Amino acid sequence: MADRAQPLGLWSGLFATALVLAVTLGTLGAVAFRAEGVLRLQPSDWAAIRFTVVQAALSALISVALAIPLARALARRRFAGRRVLVTLLGAPFILPVIVAVLGLLAVFGRNGLVSVALGWIGLGPVQIYGLHGVVLAHVFFNMPLATRLILQGWLAIPAERLRLGASLGFTPRDMFRTLELPMLRATVPGALVVIFLICTSSFAVALALGGGPRATTVELAIYQAFRFDFDLSKAAALALVQFAIGATAAALAYRIALPSGIGSGLDRQPRHWGIGHWALRVQDGVVILFAAAFLLTPLLMIVLKGAPGLFSLPQSVLLAAMRSVLVALASAILTLLVALPMALLIQRSRGAARGLIETAGYLTISASPLVLGTGLFILIFPFADPFLLALPVTALVNALMALPFVLRAILPALRDTEADFGRLADSLALTGMARLRLLILPRLRRPLGFAAGLSAALSMGDLGVVALFADPARATLPLQLYRLMAAYRMDDAAAAALLLLAASLALFWLFDRGGRMHADT
Amino acid sequence: MLTLDKLQIDQSGFRLTADLNVATGARVAVLGPSGAGKSTLLACIAGFLAPTSGRVLWNETDITATDPGKRPLSIVFQDNNLFPHLSVAQNVALGISPALKLRPEDRARVDASLSRVGLADLANRKPGALSGGQQSRVALARVLLRDKPLLLLDEPFAALGPSLKADMLDLVQDITAGAGTTVLMVTHDPRDAQRFAEQTILVANGVAAPPVATPDLFADPPAALRDYLE
Repeated sequence: MADRAQPLGLWSGLFATALVLAVTLGTLGAVAFRAEGVLRLQPSDWAAIRFTVVQAALSALISVALAIPLARALARRRFAGRRVLVTLLGAPFILPVIVAVLGLLAVFGRNGLVSVALGWIGLGPVQIYGLHGVVLAHVFFNMPLATRLILQGWLAIPAERLRLGASLGFTPRDMFRTLELPMLRATVPGALVVIFLICTSSFAVALALGGGPRATTVELAIYQAFRFDFDLSKAAALALVQFAIGATAAALAYRIALPSGIGSGLDRQPRHWGIGHWALRVQDGVVILFAAAFLLTPLLMIVLKGAPGLFSLPQSVLLAAMRSVLVALASAILTLLVALPMALLIQRSRGAARGLIETAGYLTISASPLVLGTGLFILIFPFADPFLLALPVTALVNALMALPFVLRAILPALRDTEADFGRLADSLALTGMARLRLLILPRLRRPLGFAAGLSAALSMGDLGVVALFADPARATLPLQLYRLMAAYRMDDAAAAALLLLAASLALFWLFDRGGRMHADT
Repeated sequence: MLTLDKLQIDQSGFRLTADLNVATGARVAVLGPSGAGKSTLLACIAGFLAPTSGRVLWNETDITATDPGKRPLSIVFQDNNLFPHLSVAQNVALGISPALKLRPEDRARVDASLSRVGLADLANRKPGALSGGQQSRVALARVLLRDKPLLLLDEPFAALGPSLKADMLDLVQDITAGAGTTVLMVTHDPRDAQRFAEQTILVANGVAAPPVATPDLFADPPAALRDYLE
């Protein structure tokens, strides 16, 4: 009945869904058409496939292995700064990859802090390039995510059960066996699969820290086939391979926990008993300190190294920054224009139709930016110069990559709004645009602001499809930063990285804040 | 006249039937134990719930398939009667124009209806700044402006204290008597029915019985009501 009363979002929703399908499946079709058979895969391509899977598996395992003790320490300890640390665990999500890589270089690189410290005791510098560098960067990004996912599981253990365990005289070991192990069995596989999925489409990390025959991901191989060999067929074949890997991982991850956002619901903390032994306290303290140092030192190094050069940045960097901000804003607007109609359509659909539209929204998780980019290039090439369209294409692809996370943010709020006020709105004949303007947009202000901020920040820091398309005259800030690094202009690179970091965080903060301000709930 | 014509509502294993008339201008209590289906009956009349079979008619016109917002009725729910992000005046003005497109004379009507319920000073507040009783008054001010011939009250005053609830019932009588509005009020409290309603529909054991005069009903309660009262 309620469906009939609100035709809002039917056509716009179908249009948005069609657009998403056209870009994802359409580009895939173009890629498949152009690939001329996967049979042409050479030994180096197989090496790339093997490396992609191995580094993703290692990254997932190490991230989760480190996340479990950290999540436990955060779940059972109360200390000053816990909130800040938990919030910080959400930050890597909107942290530009290339900035983090530069920060990690400053800590773990040849001339980084760790190498210097090792030099004091007569050991050689650390070698960061190659498999371990790629895995290190992936752990830096995904250990926090794994911690948040597992911490959610820990905090979901009912306080009554902890109390019951304490009353029965459980030791921490008993607590672990009876309560925590079953929780971990439920959450860890999901965390592993999600991180594996994220790492299979890694491009920027591999571009900066990998390379060479022994450390090339499929995404990087696409880029190399494209930019260095000008071999579109090979790029397309590799894109098909990448899609197969991504789709397999996504099928595994289907209906398993995806990262649902930043900073929600991890504050409520049930009391733990029987954890007062000094050894346990030291253990938790060490874990927390190490994690904080691991996450904060690279960022601190960016700030320290970048600050001196911030106000003497070359004009090329400033222009790139301006382009990036414009792309980020366009991407944020585009995401909302696609996500909101789709969410409205999902909300009013039932059964199989609903499942199909939702799947379309989450499809881009398994389609990597470079696959989309390759496909768009093939589609655009006959009609226009793809390099001229570098920035619009970047904005579009970034918008689609943010779509799954944005839908995750909007849909629950939309469901709550309809549950709380749908009947009232129906009884007042509040339909169509009036319903959108007076009910849905005001009620969704917070998630919409959050979603726009997320999309803008992701787009601001993205170094993916733009690397395929852009020439120097159309570089975005992350690409310009990468070029400075490649040219060993490290002072300028550090300053550009600080600018990029500040811009990404500022964009997220502004939108998110804008959604929260004066929102009456 | 409201007619429920061989109405049958099925909801996950629960069945309610109703075959009855309510005269225009009558004030009718819908009384019964919780879980008997009182709110379900109202939801069906309001159009939120499709009946399995049977019809809902208003003055001989079939409204069974009419959208909730297009039915000749206003409904006040137990809670969430006001949009928390809109001001009191805007919430009331939705009763005139769902798109909030207001002419100057409409604004005057909003002010007048707010004065009528005693809230003229609070027009620019948000609902969150109001007490429960004041929020009910805002909802009633909107009912006044919507000016529909049928008013459904789904226990909107259940959370209020006894004297405040009496005030609200008086206010409902006040704003509906002049217009000749037909009122259906869900309650589980027999005293509400006795104070407010000339007639009572008893909902029990899956059946909504035709309305009977309230004093008669309590003078000689049927078995279902006796079970409930004791």
